[in-house]
Amino acid sequence: MTNPVALIGRIFLDFLAAAGRLSIFAYNGIRYAFVPPYYPRAIGRQMLTIGYFSLPVVGLTALFTGMVLALQIYIGSSRFNAESAVASIVVIGITRELGPVLAGLIVAGRVSAAMAAEIGTMRVTEQIDALITLSTNPFKYLMAPRLIAGVTMLPLLVAVADVIGVFGGYLVGTRTLGFNPAAYLQNTFDYLHTEDVVSGLVKAAVFGFIIALMGAYQGYFSKGGAQGVGRAATNAVVTASILILTTDYFITKLFFAR
Amino acid sequence: MTTVPKIELRDVHKGFGSKKVLDGIDLSVNAGESVVVIGGSGTGKSVMLKSILGLLRPERGSILVDGEEVVGIRGNARERVLRKFGMLFQGSALFDSLKVWENVAFGLINGQGMPRPKAKEVALTKLAEVGLGADVGELNPAELSGGMQKRVALARAIAAEPEIIFFDEPTTGLDPIMGDVINELIVSSVKKLGVTTLSITHDMASARKIADRIAMIFEGKIIWQGPASAIENSGNAYVDQFIHGRAEGPIRMQVRRP
Ligand SMILES: Nc1ncnc2c1ncn2[C@@H]1O[C@H](COP(=O)(O)OP(=O)(O)OP(=O)(O)O)[C@@H](O)[C@H]1O
Ligand SMILES: [Mg+2]
Repeated sequence: MTNPVALIGRIFLDFLAAAGRLSIFAYNGIRYAFVPPYYPRAIGRQMLTIGYFSLPVVGLTALFTGMVLALQIYIGSSRFNAESAVASIVVIGITRELGPVLAGLIVAGRVSAAMAAEIGTMRVTEQIDALITLSTNPFKYLMAPRLIAGVTMLPLLVAVADVIGVFGGYLVGTRTLGFNPAAYLQNTFDYLHTEDVVSGLVKAAVFGFIIALMGAYQGYFSKGGAQGVGRAATNAVVTASILILTTDYFITKLFFAR
Repeated sequence: MTTVPKIELRDVHKGFGSKKVLDGIDLSVNAGESVVVIGGSGTGKSVMLKSILGLLRPERGSILVDGEEVVGIRGNARERVLRKFGMLFQGSALFDSLKVWENVAFGLINGQGMPRPKAKEVALTKLAEVGLGADVGELNPAELSGGMQKRVALARAIAAEPEIIFFDEPTTGLDPIMGDVINELIVSSVKKLGVTTLSITHDMASARKIADRIAMIFEGKIIWQGPASAIENSGNAYVDQFIHGRAEGPIRMQVRRP
């Protein structure tokens, strides 16, 4: 029925339109984060939701990731008698990669879906229209606090996750694999560079931005009642996760090239 | 001397996709006047109000507020114009993440920068005017009945004492007595504060009570307007059918019979 070339063209154009819309949305969100009025209550509330309430699940993930990493690396490195590398590989793996990515993905699942559902409901029940008629800019009141909270809270979460993940590795290393505790810690810190931690925290800030952006964006443009809100929530998680995984590669490459 | 109407719509067109909703609306509302728009369900009454507020953008035509073109204005100019307005949404559109009193005080706190304790006082006074006690102020909107939500929305619309108030079906969902209390409230705010109002209603008793002038919308156009007292003798078959609620007449409801 439809010409396949036309179909490809249409999909491509839709993609460009969506990308353009997202860019403008992101630009407005960032711009309004820096212009008064500020909404400290809204920012505080978002920080609590994104940061504090994500702590348990992120901490648990980090703990088990650190533990399993130690086991796997031990198995791998023992094949060429390099068991002493376990501690340093665990800490580098956690700080550079697994801490930010896993925390990012988990918070994306937790937060961006909830955000999209909340803002989407506000959209379909005309609360966003009501906001505008009460002289309140939805970008300032809804988007900016979420973006600010995302960008500031994710690095904090990841810092905590780093510590807990390394501790998980330490637990397994000393209890199961028979490393000497002092030597394990020594190895952990000897080969750790500032850049390992910093690159992880930079990633975390970017992921925090992506999570808040996709939650807010999908919610803001949702339409069509409860079903539309559900779709917005799913789309928020999927797009945030994909963006996290792709930008992860590019940020890594950026730090790698230096 | 000619006076500039408070609100003037000239040949306003608005459609969604291929569907025409407003098809050349001409309507003006003078300062201090109370105009009621009547018309069948789905004829575009709410769309008309949203177009004036800039929540929807008409494809064609001109909307003037105090003689100033408002179609397509943005940023600060738009915020300044919106400050003149209060709007009661058909579905109430209360912010469900905030308490009832915070909803009523929203425009005062976030729009005008009034300190919270002062704004709360004003909010409780406005709630009392619509027959709700201070205890209701501490509840969440989800804990209220539909009629109570409507009254809270009404209190929110009048709280900042705007120059122009839009009421989208203010009495729908209220019992007849409360409906009349709301009518009285609308009449008295127009008389006392010199507010200009544009209301939508299906309730002819309410229309007769609050209107100085009544306009009827049909198929995207204003087909009749005149003083409220003239509605009984409009000489217009559409108006007659509508105000007497007859199924038979020139207006054919889109009901398909097998
Ligand atoms: N955002 C929108 N997207 C698409 N169509 C819309 C939108 N808003 C309204 N419409 C359509 O415009 C028409 C007019 O809607 P509107 O809400 O103005 O009706 P109304 O006159 O207020 O009716 P009611 O008395 O039932 O509230 C309807 O057919 C509706 O389907
Ligand atoms: Mg309506």
